[in-house]
Amino acid sequence: MNRIELDCRRLLCPMPVIRVQNRVAELEAGVVLEVYCTDPGVLNDVPAWCRINGHKVIETRSESGLYVLVIEVGESE
Amino acid sequence: MNQPRKAAALISGGLDSLLAAKVMLEQGIHVEGINFYTGFCVEGHTHAIRKKDQKKPKRNNALWVAEQLGIKLHIIDIVEQYKEVVFNPKHGYGANLNPCLDCKIFMVSKALEWIKANGFDFIITGEVIGQRPMSQRKETLPVVAGESGAENLLLRPLCAKNLPETLPESAGWVDRERLFDFSGRSRKPQMALAQRYGFEDYAQPAGGCCFLTDAQYSVKLADLWKARGRKQYEMDDIMLLKVGRHLRPTPDFKLIISREEGEGNFLQGYRKQFPSLRTISHPGPLALIDGKVDDQDIELAARLIARYSQGREAEQVEVEYTATNGELRSLEVSPLKPHEIPEEWFI
Repeated sequence: MNRIELDCRRLLCPMPVIRVQNRVAELEAGVVLEVYCTDPGVLNDVPAWCRINGHKVIETRSESGLYVLVIEVGESE
Repeated sequence: MNQPRKAAALISGGLDSLLAAKVMLEQGIHVEGINFYTGFCVEGHTHAIRKKDQKKPKRNNALWVAEQLGIKLHIIDIVEQYKEVVFNPKHGYGANLNPCLDCKIFMVSKALEWIKANGFDFIITGEVIGQRPMSQRKETLPVVAGESGAENLLLRPLCAKNLPETLPESAGWVDRERLFDFSGRSRKPQMALAQRYGFEDYAQPAGGCCFLTDAQYSVKLADLWKARGRKQYEMDDIMLLKVGRHLRPTPDFKLIISREEGEGNFLQGYRKQFPSLRTISHPGPLALIDGKVDDQDIELAARLIARYSQGREAEQVEVEYTATNGELRSLEVSPLKPHEIPEEWFI
């Protein structure tokens, strides 16, 4: 499976959401994007953005101040 | 069957833009939201920084609104372009450094660019005549429509009946009779409409959604401009203005001193960009030095940070100074007494 990483460490919301949004726009459906963040706000904001825009959070991990969200890019309309 | 007409809604995350978008959805319009990120948005940042705030549930209200409405939301980073609005607002500032009217004109003009690029038909906002003293007055609403270039493509569903007909109305895309005539500062009509639509738990920010409307924040920004001799800021500057205690002992430098653990952790991330100080012998805050300092200044800064440590009553406190290249220096200093810290140092 095609897996791409996106570093959003030290960015505060909504910047990680904007980075995810802009990166996802360049990707095809089915691609998996792994996002690394330090702002705990992403745990709410990125899944909310994904729900609204038809993408899927398939995994969320938190480890000592690092939050990792794994997103599967959905079909664009 | 005809495709529905498409509107871009400016979504701030507050009630008015939520309702305006809902009114359009009720009329069968395809609505997508646009949320502009200026860097001064109250959403997010400070909640993430302060440890005591981290227990509160965090949510981005613009995303929440979009989810309630079942519409897409496009968050657009306008940090760089927005600087010109902050530095030189044609229509001036409000009570603080808030360029509300220029801000609204700018955002609507960006929305106009967006609808042209994305094949949308018109723009909607949650503006209400008389709701805000600077940008939402009977005299200023036409200024926003005119100077943004949006003209009759800008529809305000909540107060449209008080305004001249726009293209979406005259062309029959939208039924004017089913729009509203809200005016004034009262929130009651909006709250009643929210109840009718079944919206609960919507955001009601007391001081608006922009740090530039905050008096204390504006004083800090004005101090930054004065110290640098010109109106200028980078993203890190405007973030740091939201954090910690700011003291300027001399015109050449200021100290940003963390007030609690969350702020200390946040400031840690800036230790390669700014010289920093922390107390070693006693628990205490982390401080960044913004500006030019000599040895005397560093000692003064160390005495000041010692004052905010648990060693404030001690004879001597050990403070570590770290230069931006990582070089360390240890200082033994006596903490400043409260009367040795003039009121005018506090920004």
